[in-house]
Amino acid sequence: MSVPNSPQNSQALVIARDLAKTFDVSAPWLSRVIERKPRQLLKAVDGVSFEIERGKTLALVGESGCGKSTVARLLVGLYEPTRGGLTFDGQDAHAAFKSSDAKAMRKRIQMIFQDPYASLNPRWTVEAIVGEPLHEHGLIKDEQELKDRVAELLKSVGLSALDMVKYPHQFSGGQRQRISIARALATAPEFLVCDEPTSALDVSVQAQVLNIMKDLQRERGLTYLFISHNLAVVRHVSDKVGVMYLGQLVELADKHTLFDNPQHPYTRMLLDAIPKMKDTGRARTPVQGEVPNPLNPPPGCSFNPRCPLANDRCRIERPVLKNINGIKIACHAVEEGRH
Amino acid sequence: MSLLQVKNLVVEFPSRHGTLRALDEISFDIAPGEILGVVGESGAGKSLTGASIIGLLEPPGRIASGQILLEGQRIDNLNNDQMRSIRGRKIGAIFQDPLTSLNPLYSVGKQLTETIQAHLPVSDQEARQRAIALLQDTGISAAAERIDHYPHQFSGGMRQRVVIALALAAEPQLIVADEPTTALDVSIQAQIISLLKNVCKKRGAAVMLITHDMGVIAETCDRVAVMYAGRIAEIGPVHQVINHPEHPYTVGLMASIPDMDVDRERLNQIDGAMPRLNAIPKGCAFNPRCPQVFDRCLQERPDLAAVSRSGQNTPTQVACWLHHANTLEGVS
Repeated sequence: MSVPNSPQNSQALVIARDLAKTFDVSAPWLSRVIERKPRQLLKAVDGVSFEIERGKTLALVGESGCGKSTVARLLVGLYEPTRGGLTFDGQDAHAAFKSSDAKAMRKRIQMIFQDPYASLNPRWTVEAIVGEPLHEHGLIKDEQELKDRVAELLKSVGLSALDMVKYPHQFSGGQRQRISIARALATAPEFLVCDEPTSALDVSVQAQVLNIMKDLQRERGLTYLFISHNLAVVRHVSDKVGVMYLGQLVELADKHTLFDNPQHPYTRMLLDAIPKMKDTGRARTPVQGEVPNPLNPPPGCSFNPRCPLANDRCRIERPVLKNINGIKIACHAVEEGRH
Repeated sequence: MSLLQVKNLVVEFPSRHGTLRALDEISFDIAPGEILGVVGESGAGKSLTGASIIGLLEPPGRIASGQILLEGQRIDNLNNDQMRSIRGRKIGAIFQDPLTSLNPLYSVGKQLTETIQAHLPVSDQEARQRAIALLQDTGISAAAERIDHYPHQFSGGMRQRVVIALALAAEPQLIVADEPTTALDVSIQAQIISLLKNVCKKRGAAVMLITHDMGVIAETCDRVAVMYAGRIAEIGPVHQVINHPEHPYTVGLMASIPDMDVDRERLNQIDGAMPRLNAIPKGCAFNPRCPQVFDRCLQERPDLAAVSRSGQNTPTQVACWLHHANTLEGVS
């Protein structure tokens, strides 16, 4: 599948072209033979294309199972794409991940995970955790330099240099997530993939972590891919927003355009579903239905069973992401102007 | 009269290093049909408050002092058997994870009819009819067929509907819902919240809704209690607390929530973290993080007191020395 109207932007640091990842979730071979079941393939990500400019933040939003975390893992090379590719700073990233020079690429792309309780080794001190990437990439010469660098990294995320002798259990959730950020920053990466970095945190702590992330971006010119299901957080951190549904991007637009004037019916539904602080006691009519089983997606547009604008074309023909009035959108209804 | 009254509830956990006070003199009440929200950060004691009310406090935690009254009757000192007849019949419970609240080995219908028959004297046939009606009420289509399905055949949102149906099965007057939508996606969350609100209104059940999501509280509740370090920092009508928070913690909490309508370069943050139970500071528990702290806050603990504002029937109650200068007389 080609992406029409996708301008080749030489500025973009990260360019994903038609990224796809299919998982084989078939029953074991013997069961398949006995029960005459076919192979089952799960299209977790099915043709996702986007660009992220240097120093900017692209946010991906969507509900669970829409493939946003799979995109994150594709971008950092934890998964190999089934189709499509990723260009990082003009280089083919997945080719680089496989080459002898993989470390040079990995050094430039780092990741922050969702759960700060699971992503830090409980038996390691903070010094070992934050220092590991430094060791791994041969960025330090001796122990003293390691300590200095770790202290510097901890300070940059608002922790104290004295914290480096402690273990993860001695920290609160928000502090642990700062340790994760310090670890991700250790190799001085240009691109950070953040998979739901604040969804395990309380709001007041979330504000602390989001502020640190923004400060670091400003200071170091970092580029972020920010994955979240929380639209208010996305609105706060991002420059551009991509909305995913069942493995595909359905709308990709500038933050203000998307939030002020959402086009895709799914985007509108998501925005409408956010509880609003200002409207106390608001009565609403929530959109019915749930995300379909990704093993057996509906034909045509995958949103058609829940879409108020669906017609026959939507039930047969799958819409592709097109440039319509300056935003990228995959919807027949918007394209035909019947929304 | 209040449906539920909680008076000076203290919950303690004995430990090797001394007794930890997890809930410290909590007092509030819920009127019939009212939805009371309880917010706070993890560890603030909101779930413990819920667990104390439904009598599911995990040992070694225990109610050290204080009273819980349901329709004027004390329920905090009942034994397990007595409590079991109240749980379900008078107080329903909804927990965060719908998968662990349902028995995977029994069909949904079996679980519903069992609950109905445990509390109400009805025949098998009648219980089944009631169960189907409950599932229909909670928005499960083709309820007559789906009643014989097992929990794994339902999606997350559908399971939570089943759990709500279970909580309502014996027609309790109070539902304690502990983070009922936290495990769900936003679009499903919206469905479940409006369902909970409508079903409870229809049946006249009061709800104690425990959540950390201020947005959910804003849309759903009549009143809200903000908890901090095992105490209630502020309690009042929801629009009042959200639009005119009085306690510095509530003010900070509200400001730290990313706003959908306003662009801000940085979010307002409350520095530091909530103290651990073994290190709650003297005086007001919020004093190390409070931007407006003064001498008295370091020494004495403030109790809830009503703050007078013109044009209010039910004033907000705040536990903060800043507001004690202009308190109303005679409100405890």
